[in-house]
Amino acid sequence: MTDAAIPMKRTSLLQPDARTKSRNAAEARFRAYGFVAVLVALLALAALLVSILGNGMSAFRQTALTIQVELPEATLDKSGIRDPEVMKKVTTIGYGKILTKAVDAAIADAGIKIEDLSGKEVAKFLSGEAAAQLRDRVLANPDLIGRTVEIEVLVNGRIDGYYKGRVSAESALLDSNVSPAQLKLADALKESGMLRTKFNMAFVTAPDASDQRPEAAGLGVAVLGSLYMMIIVLVLSLPIGVATAVYLEEFAPRNRMSDLIEVNISNLAAVPSIVFGILGLAAFINFAGLPQSAPIVGGLVLTLMTLPRIIIPARAALKAVPPSIRDAALGVGASKMQSVFHHVLPLAAPGILTGMIIGLAQALGETAPLLLIGMVAFVRDYPDLPLDGFFDPATALPVQIYNWTQRADPAFVERASGAIIVLLVFLVVMNGLAILLRRRFERRW
Amino acid sequence: MPLSWTILALAILPVIGFVLGRNRAISSAGGDTRNLHSLPSYYGWSVALFTALPAILVMCVWLIVQPSVIANAVSGLLPEATPGDANAQTLVMTDVRRLAAAIETGRSVGILSGSETAQEVQGKLSDLGVVLGAPVTPEILGAATAWGLMAERGGGLMSAVVLALALVGFWFSYRRITRDFRARNSIEAAIRAGLIACSVIAIATTAGIVLSMLFETGQFFRQYAWTEFFFGKNWQPNFRGNSDLGILPLLWGTLYISFIALAVAVPIGLFAAIYMSEYAGPKLRSFAKPAIEMLAGIPTIVYGLFALITVGPMLRDYFAQPLGFGSSASSVLTAGLVMGVMIIPFVSSLSDDIINAVPQSLRDGSLGLGATHSETIRQVVLPAALPGIVGAVLLAASRAIGETMIVVMGAGAAAKLSLNPFEAMTTITVKIVSQLTGDTDFAAPETLVAFALGLTLFAITLALNVLALYIVRKYREQYE
Repeated sequence: MTDAAIPMKRTSLLQPDARTKSRNAAEARFRAYGFVAVLVALLALAALLVSILGNGMSAFRQTALTIQVELPEATLDKSGIRDPEVMKKVTTIGYGKILTKAVDAAIADAGIKIEDLSGKEVAKFLSGEAAAQLRDRVLANPDLIGRTVEIEVLVNGRIDGYYKGRVSAESALLDSNVSPAQLKLADALKESGMLRTKFNMAFVTAPDASDQRPEAAGLGVAVLGSLYMMIIVLVLSLPIGVATAVYLEEFAPRNRMSDLIEVNISNLAAVPSIVFGILGLAAFINFAGLPQSAPIVGGLVLTLMTLPRIIIPARAALKAVPPSIRDAALGVGASKMQSVFHHVLPLAAPGILTGMIIGLAQALGETAPLLLIGMVAFVRDYPDLPLDGFFDPATALPVQIYNWTQRADPAFVERASGAIIVLLVFLVVMNGLAILLRRRFERRW
Repeated sequence: MPLSWTILALAILPVIGFVLGRNRAISSAGGDTRNLHSLPSYYGWSVALFTALPAILVMCVWLIVQPSVIANAVSGLLPEATPGDANAQTLVMTDVRRLAAAIETGRSVGILSGSETAQEVQGKLSDLGVVLGAPVTPEILGAATAWGLMAERGGGLMSAVVLALALVGFWFSYRRITRDFRARNSIEAAIRAGLIACSVIAIATTAGIVLSMLFETGQFFRQYAWTEFFFGKNWQPNFRGNSDLGILPLLWGTLYISFIALAVAVPIGLFAAIYMSEYAGPKLRSFAKPAIEMLAGIPTIVYGLFALITVGPMLRDYFAQPLGFGSSASSVLTAGLVMGVMIIPFVSSLSDDIINAVPQSLRDGSLGLGATHSETIRQVVLPAALPGIVGAVLLAASRAIGETMIVVMGAGAAAKLSLNPFEAMTTITVKIVSQLTGDTDFAAPETLVAFALGLTLFAITLALNVLALYIVRKYREQYE
């Protein structure tokens, strides 16, 4: 009992002295810094994804109005012969008037009464694209004329924004493109079941639309353009990249030339992508005279950019094949070329393919070089099928995103974020495929 | 279409050659393939290769050269609109080329017979829905007709030459097949040549980059003094001429933004790498390492949009405006922060590899002497890994300097020499994009300056990369 009363000298190992304490505290701090750093990086990733997903998911839903439209023969087809060539003379303005009348009728039928709703506001309630939608439908099927058809048309982007939280009654007062009366009309139509916000497939398939019609803008041309460029990149860079890797890894003598090639490739992998854009502009467009905005030029530029990114993993994959395979092949009388192409290359194929897919994914997201070769142009027409289509004007997914961010209407920010989701889905699929390939086929020696 | 027939012939002839060559080889060995020098298919391949390859090469060269030869000949037919003005000449030639293509479509549809006047041609083509850039004048119509005629003749001549070449190749290679012919060696030599040609493309690309930029930069410096470019403090391009094109404000913006990006990425990336390689358990590591590396796989346009719609407005509303630093959403800090996030994985994964490469014996020695884990890292592991880490940081810096989309969307377009990080500034890459997009006139210094900027950028990043690779390589030799 008395022992406890005696003050102990702190010599026990279990009782750290001041210096040990401070060293331990430093240890804990250091560890915490590391943990915080990892956390910050993960948080940044989360913030990035949340911001994009939060802004972009709504692009996949779109508000549309379903109404009965009477298609009078007197205005749409005076000749009465239902010849689409003749009917083309009626412009979208003509169809717009018919639509406005139909909306007026629908409002009256539903018994909706809204004060100070002018006729112009009813006309502007619909998207500028609505009349074109109706016109296309009638031209495709002239027999509709003279009948009353049910048609679903897009409404104005601001009305769409009202259901996505971008527009409110207060903001509408200050906005020249939308009025509170229109919002009331929208609410009334929604109640009557004519106005619905539903899944928007057209966002992925439709072509781009003008500044004034964010509700109609889609990614169709951009997706096709990106697809064409990826085809070109794949067709060109896979054989060239693999051939280069095989030569450097298996055949190249150790001399100045192969050293030069090697240094060159590792440097090219780190050259800023915009420099490749300058090369494309100077070499392919100004010198070779290829057309601007064409997938062929984009594909060539991206090929040059992707090559080093394919060669490096391909060489690693070839290097990972053990020399015993080569020796065995040579031992039973194969030539050097046969040993490489019959044995080493097939064994390295999974690794090469993985590198190829990752390189393609990088090329898919590349924007800067494409800006310089004119892919930012406003393109509404789908490119033809390959090979002619490779020379038609088109845009690409990332460039379309950039293009939309440069427009004034805030609805395009939603579109841009939605387009990024599409892009990220492609990237996740490609990278997932690469991981799958690696898991399934990669051999450890 | 004679071209597609030629291509079809070039696809079929080698197949026939393969079969015939293989059969000849087998029959020359008396039906017993053991008497042959090589496997029978090699004989087939050697015929196919000789049939197809020279013909295809000639066809490609012909297709590339023919348009410019015709253009030269046709431009002689045209009255010189404005002598010496190369630009007007190019425009006229574009019209001619377009009209020639339109006339060919018109012929193939059957609405043009070839004897119309200029007005009639224009009318009929616009009925067809073909849009022409300029009104059709008799001179242009004449030139376009000549163009069409020459293109037709050239195409016919090319088909003849190519097919003849294919047949000669076939005959030559078919005749030399005997049982002792070393077919495998000749095939392998051809494949080897192909492999070498592919690997030379890398050098050609670099040469192309350097040459194209050097050429245009030379043109630029003929119109604009290089001292003004490298030491000018003003950037005010003016498309009516008389512009100030000093690189210093752009260089300052580039370096400032890259500095902020590195100030974000180096501590986070380095500490993350240390934590991952020295402390983290396998569970956290297997989750966090791919997650951080995902940051590198996200396209830069995504970061750009993130800067534009999230980070920029946030910095403006919560920091810049309350503190009175300005009211711009695009700022150096916005771009720097977002770019910092982007290059975290470049620093962390390279540093991770390098820290893992430090031999365990060094750690064991230090721990055995009683150092704590963090003391071991700070005083033993990091000094040993330092050259590699410096290399990683240099690579990240070169990445930051060459980054385009984040700064285009996050940093703004105003060229300024200022210290305020909340102000919009601009970089070399932003100006390359803005000078080269839209309507560009490749004779004006305002456009050509982009090539000089590009060359500068290329030189800076190349120097950083070479330095980084040198340091990393030198370090690696120590432990291997």
